[in-house]
Formats: sequence, C-alpha cells, structure tokens
Amino acid sequence: MSPFIVGYYALLIGATCVAAYFKNRTAFLLLFSLMLASFVVGLVGGERALWTITVVAALIAAAAGIAFTFREFLTISLKGEAQKAIKSAPLTATFGLFMIMIYIIAAVFAPIIAPFGEAEVVGSSFAPADEVMLLGGDQLGRDMFSRLVYGARNTVGIALLTTCLAFLMGTTLGLLAAVKGGWFDQILARSVDVLMSIPTLVFSLLLLSIFGTNTSTLVIVIAIIYVPPVFRLARAVAGNIVVMDYIEAARLRGEHSWHLIVREILPNASAPLIAEFGLRFCFVFLLISGLSFLGLGLQPPTADWGSMVKENATLISFGEVTPLIPAGAIALLTVSINFVVDWMLYRSSGLKT
Amino acid sequence: MNDVLQIIVKRLGLGLITLLVISIIIFGAVELLPGDLAQAILGQAATEETVAAMREELGLDRPAPVRYFAWLKGAVVGDFGNSLASGIPVTELIGPRFKNTLFLAVYAAIIAVPIAIMLGVLAALYRNSVFDRVANVLTLTSISSPEFFLGYILVLFLAVKNSLFPAISSLSDDMSLADKLHRVFLPALTLVLVVVAHMMRMTRAAIINLLASPYIEMARLKGTPQRKVITHHALPNAWAPVINVVALNLAYLITGVVLVEVVFVYPGIGQLLVDSVTKRDFPVVQACCLVFAATYILLNLAADVGSILTNPRLRHPK
Repeated sequence: MSPFIVGYYALLIGATCVAAYFKNRTAFLLLFSLMLASFVVGLVGGERALWTITVVAALIAAAAGIAFTFREFLTISLKGEAQKAIKSAPLTATFGLFMIMIYIIAAVFAPIIAPFGEAEVVGSSFAPADEVMLLGGDQLGRDMFSRLVYGARNTVGIALLTTCLAFLMGTTLGLLAAVKGGWFDQILARSVDVLMSIPTLVFSLLLLSIFGTNTSTLVIVIAIIYVPPVFRLARAVAGNIVVMDYIEAARLRGEHSWHLIVREILPNASAPLIAEFGLRFCFVFLLISGLSFLGLGLQPPTADWGSMVKENATLISFGEVTPLIPAGAIALLTVSINFVVDWMLYRSSGLKT
Repeated sequence: MNDVLQIIVKRLGLGLITLLVISIIIFGAVELLPGDLAQAILGQAATEETVAAMREELGLDRPAPVRYFAWLKGAVVGDFGNSLASGIPVTELIGPRFKNTLFLAVYAAIIAVPIAIMLGVLAALYRNSVFDRVANVLTLTSISSPEFFLGYILVLFLAVKNSLFPAISSLSDDMSLADKLHRVFLPALTLVLVVVAHMMRMTRAAIINLLASPYIEMARLKGTPQRKVITHHALPNAWAPVINVVALNLAYLITGVVLVEVVFVYPGIGQLLVDSVTKRDFPVVQACCLVFAATYILLNLAADVGSILTNPRLRHPK
C-alpha cells in the first residue's frame, strides 16, 4: 500500500468522524457515501482511480470556494434588494454568475487575452502543450488557447444574437396574440403547434441543406425555429395577465394594443420571460454547437467550439483531452446559465417546499 | 368505452393532419431553393441544356402540386424515389439504417426508463435531502452538456484509457445479439445519461406536483402510513404524468440520436441525414426528415393517448 492510499483513506475517515461528531448530517452522508464509493472504485481501478476522485473532489472544492468568495464579494459590493437576493443565493447560482462573468470578459477582451490570432498558424499540427501554446496546437498548428478565447466571442455572440432575434419575434407575436385574441390568435397558435411537432435539429438540418450554411442564414433559420416555443410561453404568460382588471381599465381608457403590450403586460411578464431567455439561450447555443460539430454551423476558419471539437476529434483515440476542452467550455457555460436560471425560477415561483 | 375510442380516433386524425402539413412543409422547403433543384445539383457552371435535361429527368417540368401528390403517394407506400448522390432507391438506404437507429433507441430506453423513474420518485419523496440536491446538480450538468461532450468523455475513459468497449460502433448483420449489445453500449450509454437526466427531473416535478394535492394531505392527516399513501393514493394518479414524461423523452431520444450517431460513427438514420445534408441529396433529406417527424409525432400522440387512458377525468369529459 502506497502512502497516497493510506493518506487518502485516513483523511476521508477522519473527515467523516468530524462530520459525525458535529452532527452535520449532510456532510456525513456525503463523505460516507464517498468513502463507500472509493472502496469499490479503488478495488476495481486501483490507485489511478483514487487519484481521479481526488482531482474531481479538489475541483468541486475549488468551485465551491470560488462561488463562496464571489458571493461574499457581491454581498459586500451590492446594496439593497440585490444584496438580499445574493445573500440567500445557493453556491451553484453564484458559481454560475461567476462563470458567466468570465465568459463575458473572454468574449469582450478576446484580442487582448489571446496571445495569437484566430486563424494564425503558430506551430506544427497537433503540437503538444508548452509555454508558447498553453493548450497545444490544433490540426493545422493554430494555438488552441487563442482559438478557445475567440470561440467565446463567435459561438456565444452568434447564439446570443439568434436568441435575441427569436425572442423579439416570439414575444411580440405571443403578446399580440394574447391581446388581440380571436382568429389572429387561433391561426398563430395552430401553426405554432404544427411547427413544434418537427424536431428542432432535424428541422434546422432540412432548412440549412436548402439555404446553405453561412452565418446569416444560420442565425435566421435557428431564430425562426425557436420562435414557436417563445411564442407559446409569451402567450401563456400574457394570457393570465390580460384578464386582470388593470388591463380592462387600460382598454377602457382607449389605449392602443401596442401600449397595452409595452406598458401594461411586459413589466408583469418579465420574470418568466427572462428565465425563459436563459433557458432558450442554452438550447440555441447547444443547437448551434451541435450543428457546427456536424460541420453545418459556423464555417472555418472562424474559431468555434463545436467545430473545434470535430476538427480535433481524432486526438481522442490517442488518449488526449484536447477535443474535450472546447466541448467542456460549451458545457460549462450552459451549466452555469442553468444554475442561475434554476435559482431565478425558484425565487420567482416563491416555492419553499 | 365508446367515448375513449372516439377521443383516440380524434387524436389520431389530428396527428395525421399534422403529419400531412409537415409533409407539405418538408416538400415546400425544397421548392424554396434559390433557382431550382436541377440548378442546385448541377451548380452555376452547368449549361442551359444539361439543366433542362436534369429538370426533365427529375420531373421538374410539372407544376409543384402535381409533384407533391406524386411524392406523397410514393411516400405512403414507402417509395421516396432515388438518391441523387448514388442513384440507389432511398428506401433501400433508409430501411436498414432505420432498423439500427431503432435498435439503439430501444436499447437506451430499456436502460433509461426504469432508472429514471425510480430516481425521480426517490428524489421527489426525499426532496431537499442530500440525495435530491446532488441529483439536481448532476442532472442539470448532464442536460446542459452537448451530447458529443458526454460521448467523447465516455470514449476517453471507457474505450481509450481502459479498453472495455469499442469506440466505433459499426454493425454487421452476422453479429450475435450479445456482440451487438457490447458494440453499441457506449452510444447507448451516452443517450441514457441525457435521457435519464431529463426524465428524472420531469418525473420528480410531476410527483411533487401530485404530492402537493389536497387528497394526499387528507390521506396523511387521517393517519395513513407513508407507504400506503404512495401505493394507494399517489401511484394510481401518477401514471398519467409518468407515461407522458416517458413518451416525451423517447421523442427526445429520437432526435438526440443524430449527434450520438455521428460521434460513434454508428450506421443509423441520423448519420445518413447529416451526410445527405452535406451532399445536398434532397430526396434522402426529405425522406429522413419525414421519418423523424413521423416518429416524433407518433410518440407525442402516444403521450396524449396514454394520459387520456390513465386519467378518468379525461376519459369521461363533462
């Protein structure tokens, strides 16, 4: 038995005992199940598997630490209502906020952060990582790290643009349908029902095969595909609001339907719509990455996470993690957004079950 | 009982109409091609004569509605014409691949459905416990990850670092079932991870919703033991939402299959669709889209019918 294994179990057992002594049930259960899992994994996978567990646990601890300090930082620097909200936020939500901030910084300051240009060939193809190329080179010898940073700008930027477009169309139509009602509402609702019964990925493949794959068609096609679900939600939310008395009052005042939408309904529908925006952004982002992965999204030499995975996919059979890095970047952003949206939904629903 | 039959027939009719409208969309989309199909296939450099000859060959000289009905008539009996790239009948291309995709989807579903429902019910019963919170974070992570991320992680750890399963799932007809199951395990596991996460969250939400209803509180108040509350009061009413969740997620499975098939080079219909889109082989693209849409609608219909059959209130509408 190596000192690592002895130390590993000693630490784990010690921590479990401490948790039990302080009667912290949550921590105890977590540590205890981790210990049981370690026994099994250690027997099957040996010392290497235990190392993997240690690294994962350290990563989770680091993430929790970042989330905690970031929450403290926000509590100190914010005031009033926002401070109260942040103070009670779960660590997952602040972690999400922190990660989103990092992505925004990477996207905005990409040319400053990235040591090399987006399509600049620096070394040999599939060069290993060194001081010059932090994450090694890709299949043409371009710097992986620089492309990753530029990818934040391209992939996230396009997804954001697409989501905004889908939201603009979806909410406008949805709110109009709720306000106008009648045949206008019926026709829109029926056609949306039909459009939603085609799987999104399949529908986008069909449309992209016809209109070709350049960036502007990509944005428009995907925005149109995501109009129906946004329309549905906006219509449902507004449907509950238009029956309110203050809408009736506004109608009697003789207000135009545009005024009704912008001044009366929208302020009261903003919470679910913002949460929906976050979720929809994740879907759009995943769809665009998926299409890029299939070679039908953003076209080279644009740095884009989905196509970066595809381009470097052969490396995986040599046990290299390079293609996982851009894929992980996609996953990390969507996870972060989902954490934040989860917390927002919880807050707005007021569910304290 | 007559009422139920009537409702189901009505739903089936509605599904059929939806499918018809979708077939119009799929057919009409190709009509929107800038120029026309013959021009798109041959490219800008083609001479006027070759384009005209191509038009003749594809029957593009007839008006669109006539061609649509001819196409639809063919589609009903399984004849989608010939592939533009290879000249093979589309049905021959799709047939075996559809079988493979179905095999993968069923394989994944058989593993995923029981696990997801069990975990979902447990998470709902022990909500806000450690288990529930950990499950919440894990499922959220799994949902948010692109399929290819999960797929490549599995390849890295289970195929490359420890060669337990093959990284590429090619199939041939003479393989035994056990061999096939072993080969297809990694793509199936990828799908299972995503679908379990979705299904578990939805099951959890449905059960929590159910447990919040007044009659459950009544049962608890009159002192019914927890076990009996679950089996006698909650479970009979839980079938409808659970069936709904299962059917919706199977519908999701059908589309999730596209990316997973590409990752694992699996000879399924998703891979075919992607290849045909790159080659701009429109008859194949149309046929694949129609097959996907039909499966999707069918499963959504199954969700509808299932929830009607298990819900007396829907079975006997006022």
